[in-house]
Amino acid sequence: MTTTTGRTTAAPPSTRDALTRPDTRRKLVDRVMRGVVTLAFLVALVPLLSLVWTALVNGFDRLSPYFLAVSMRGVFGGMDAGGIHHAIVGTLLVTGFAALISVPIGLLTAIYLVEYGTGKLARAVTFFVDVMTGIPSIVAGLFAYALFAVFFGPGVRFGAVGAVALSVLMTPVVVRSSEEMLRLVPNELREAAYALGVPKWLTIIKVVLRTAAAGIVTGVMLAVARVIGETAPLLITLGVIDSINYNLFEGRMMTLPVYVYRQYQQGLVPCRPDQLDCIATINYDRAWAAALVLIIIVLLLNLLARLIARWFAPARGH
Amino acid sequence: MTTEPTTSTPPPAREVARPQRDRAGRVFAGLSTGAGALILVVLAAVAGFLLLEAWPAITAPAEQLSRISWIPADGSLLTYVGPLIFGTLVAAFLALLLAVPVAIGIALFISHYAPRRLANALGYVVDLLAAIPSVVYGLWGGLVLAPLVQPVWQWLSETLGWIPLFQGPAATPARVMMTVGVVLAVMILPIITAVSREVFLQTPRLHEEAALALGATRWEMVRMAVLPFGRSGVISAAMLGLGRALGETMAVLMILSPGLTYSLALLLAGRQQTIAANIALQFPEASPLGVSALIATGLALFVITLAVNMLARWVVARRADFSGAN
Repeated sequence: MTTTTGRTTAAPPSTRDALTRPDTRRKLVDRVMRGVVTLAFLVALVPLLSLVWTALVNGFDRLSPYFLAVSMRGVFGGMDAGGIHHAIVGTLLVTGFAALISVPIGLLTAIYLVEYGTGKLARAVTFFVDVMTGIPSIVAGLFAYALFAVFFGPGVRFGAVGAVALSVLMTPVVVRSSEEMLRLVPNELREAAYALGVPKWLTIIKVVLRTAAAGIVTGVMLAVARVIGETAPLLITLGVIDSINYNLFEGRMMTLPVYVYRQYQQGLVPCRPDQLDCIATINYDRAWAAALVLIIIVLLLNLLARLIARWFAPARGH
Repeated sequence: MTTEPTTSTPPPAREVARPQRDRAGRVFAGLSTGAGALILVVLAAVAGFLLLEAWPAITAPAEQLSRISWIPADGSLLTYVGPLIFGTLVAAFLALLLAVPVAIGIALFISHYAPRRLANALGYVVDLLAAIPSVVYGLWGGLVLAPLVQPVWQWLSETLGWIPLFQGPAATPARVMMTVGVVLAVMILPIITAVSREVFLQTPRLHEEAALALGATRWEMVRMAVLPFGRSGVISAAMLGLGRALGETMAVLMILSPGLTYSLALLLAGRQQTIAANIALQFPEASPLGVSALIATGLALFVITLAVNMLARWVVARRADFSGAN
């Protein structure tokens, strides 16, 4: 050790010298890039924090039991009134119906892909499920409209149309996540069931699905969280309405995201100075409050989904 | 084994039960295969029904179309959809240009720089960006971001105004393509980050360790081992993001002041419009023929996004086949 270091000072740079000499330029580049990469991450946090913060600040004041309990029926101008009850009802009904359509189809497709699918059809289904995740939401809305317009004539607008549009967006997400969960089920479990003489379909229902249940529920909740915020397809399939409608098969329906858009679109209210009960920014206030409710719903769904995945996760096979 | 014959009642019972079990099994297999096939049918139906409903507008005579207020005077669907496709592409590519470098940075940060324990939580935070509904992004972009960035766009148009892209004076309020690009970039960050992160994490451990053992700094290791390995993955991630940006409606609808020109000026209002936002804007008030024309533009959007997505998936699939990752 000591002899070599002694020699390097006298002789021209040896290999060892070249290797151990601190290279400031390379170190500097490394430092700078570490900074750049970290900065990229922080930059992405800025919009998230800003968005959630503004929604909280602007929406919190208007958010009250009253706001959740009333609709917009008979509310006009800068009136200090109105709420989102009709939008919540619409969102729950339409999203629920969409889930009712897409969960069975999605789950069965995932079962087909994992347990039965071989050959060309399975490969085609895998590929087109991926492609389907990329369908723009507005195109899904147009499809649902076109489908129902063929049977019900032009200008068709009711809850089920929107639910069909949402299920087009939701099904591929359910397929993807359920497929992943089914593949995690260890093959030993299936083989053990077969060895006991249990037929394949019963094995799938009693063993595979039960083992993967928590993961599938998580996937479905994340899929619901994804479509519950969809606006564009519902804007063109459900229209807008100010009062409560419980019927999925007749009449327009309001949903939370469309409500946010509608309030934003109506903009500032021109108030005369002598009008004391007129709030100029009432529409924006309502929009922020509804947006806050929407964010809370989506984040709760996400959080709950992850917690379910963590709590009920089966112990992984070794 | 030897006790089996003595209690030989089960086998005959099974023989009896078998046809019924088989039928249930066949029904179940049929159901799940049917569900898989249904996916293909739905995708075909999307194209079919859009074409069916768009057909009246595609075949309508020019003078009938030109009676619709928002269709250009020559009554041609092509001159109408042209600027819309142009605007859609401008918005999507602008978003992509802004998002990809940041997304690669985030993906590298999570996969190779952040402490192992934090990495998962940080990935989750980025995923939250994807969970925020697009209408909320629109609201935020229109009411918060647009006033905030107006001075920046002002400065940009004053210093770089000689480039046609940044031609001034910057519009007030900033309901311009540049603002839309920023919001769309934020919206597509999560998908690009998620896919890139997965690919970066798949880099063979030996490549990384070999680079480090040769004396490479962490960045040199990333540049020489991780990035070349992940290149095709990043490309397909970017294309998935592109597909997302092409079809995004609400953020564009709520921020952009629309116009139907082939203009590249990003800081001027009333120049561009995207297909998706245009459909959402015109649909509620359109006449039956107008609806048909809008569905025709939607069909164009469907074809474009389908092509982009299929290309992206194809790149991913090809990579999975030939890389050493699996």
